Amino acid sequence: TTRRKTVVPADPVRDVVTPFGDASQYNNFYEFGSDKDDPARLAGRLKTDPWSIRVDGAVHQSRTFALEDLIGADQLQERIYRLRCVEAWSMVIPWIGIPLASLLGRLQPLASARYVGFQTLQDPAQMPGQASSTGLIDWPYREGLRLDEAMHPLTLLVVGNYGRVLPNQNGAPLRLIVPWKYGFKSIKSIVRISLLEQPPATSWNRLAADEYGFYANVNPKVDHPRWSQATERRLPNSLFHPNIIDTRMFNGYDEVASLYSGMDLRRWY
Amino acid sequence: MATPSGRGRSAAARTLWPWRIAVALAAFAPLPCWLRQAMTGHAGPEPGRYLMEHLGKGTLVLLLLTLSLTPLQRLSRWQGFSRIRRQLGLWTFAYALLHLLAYLWFFLGFNAHALLADLSRRPYIMVGMAALAGLTLMAATSHRRAMRRLGKSWKRLHRLVYAVLILGLLHYFWIVRADLGEWAIYALAGLLLLVLRLPPVAKEFSRQGRPPVTDA
Repeated sequence: TTRRKTVVPADPVRDVVTPFGDASQYNNFYEFGSDKDDPARLAGRLKTDPWSIRVDGAVHQSRTFALEDLIGADQLQERIYRLRCVEAWSMVIPWIGIPLASLLGRLQPLASARYVGFQTLQDPAQMPGQASSTGLIDWPYREGLRLDEAMHPLTLLVVGNYGRVLPNQNGAPLRLIVPWKYGFKSIKSIVRISLLEQPPATSWNRLAADEYGFYANVNPKVDHPRWSQATERRLPNSLFHPNIIDTRMFNGYDEVASLYSGMDLRRWY
Repeated sequence: MATPSGRGRSAAARTLWPWRIAVALAAFAPLPCWLRQAMTGHAGPEPGRYLMEHLGKGTLVLLLLTLSLTPLQRLSRWQGFSRIRRQLGLWTFAYALLHLLAYLWFFLGFNAHALLADLSRRPYIMVGMAALAGLTLMAATSHRRAMRRLGKSWKRLHRLVYAVLILGLLHYFWIVRADLGEWAIYALAGLLLLVLRLPPVAKEFSRQGRPPVTDA
């Protein structure tokens, strides 16, 4: 039994839930290839059970958890969030998971912890994109948040979507969802969570720092060098209805603004 | 690119028309197929992007094919390859125009302000537009009258095709985000075709061509 929470704040005209078929067939998950349909085609071979997660760094005790010990079925909630990709398309997706804050609380971070780092599985045998000799990403995929961002009640650790267990191509068995940031921050198939004193190196930032900042908050005023972020294409769209809508600051999740008060978001993009 | 010679044109035109029509049909065929995929929901949740990407890669393929005609003719001594050069060049231009149209329609929603912003700020858009401008110049001067009027400078003008190839590859390179594999295939093909144009290579290459076959 899960509790349901709608998009916050909802736009009843625009924020229609994207069909499951689209959300599970149109993915950026470069571990499985760089075409949008590669993940759905190739993620079937990923073995998600058993799955363990290493927790280390500035915590009371470093240890490895089995997935089922990390997230109890009785804690699950459903949230419908907008997902804004850095490529200027967006979807609306119902996720099932727990607030990351509730897990971090149980892990007992030390007072010195300021950041949280995440890592995706690295296994080229299961993830053919990692075996590509022409790939540009330095595996494993890494992401990170400031501790207060990680503790924000909107930040979810996700195990399902559309009322079911996550399809592999959507980041099974455990992924992050940070709805006010570009999608690449919401790391998939997590095997390691580290509490850190310094900001972790993150994959896209290392690859092209001028294009992908550490914060990567959705911000219509700060363009990606290669395209505008002022608008987005809400999917699914069609040839005669490209469905181009205005992008909102923090993807419309204004309640996170206080996390960044006093920061120049043009500089800390 | 070389000017087609006037000699024996009528005879060649008579015997080569099925070949030229077949090439035209093959060049046209992908367009209704892609459109059908996009209209019937078989191109994913973002059919405009599907069309735009396929048209962009199609442009590059047609450009590479156009540039491979001269080496192919040297190798085979078959007239047919040079007889479709102008046609394939014009198809390349048509695909590039449709690629631009898809970008204006599905990505910018025909917003002139957004177009100006892209044109002034984004190198890969500038490079793509420059490549299209080159193709436009060549398409506009592809007919016989322009050829006569421009004389020797026609050939010089149409050497723009090499610049267009390089700009096109650069345009694609800047769009790649995570894997250069597919781009590298196009780039290697383009590099090969450019190397074949280097005077010493071209000379050696045409010497190795087989003796002429009679094309009855």
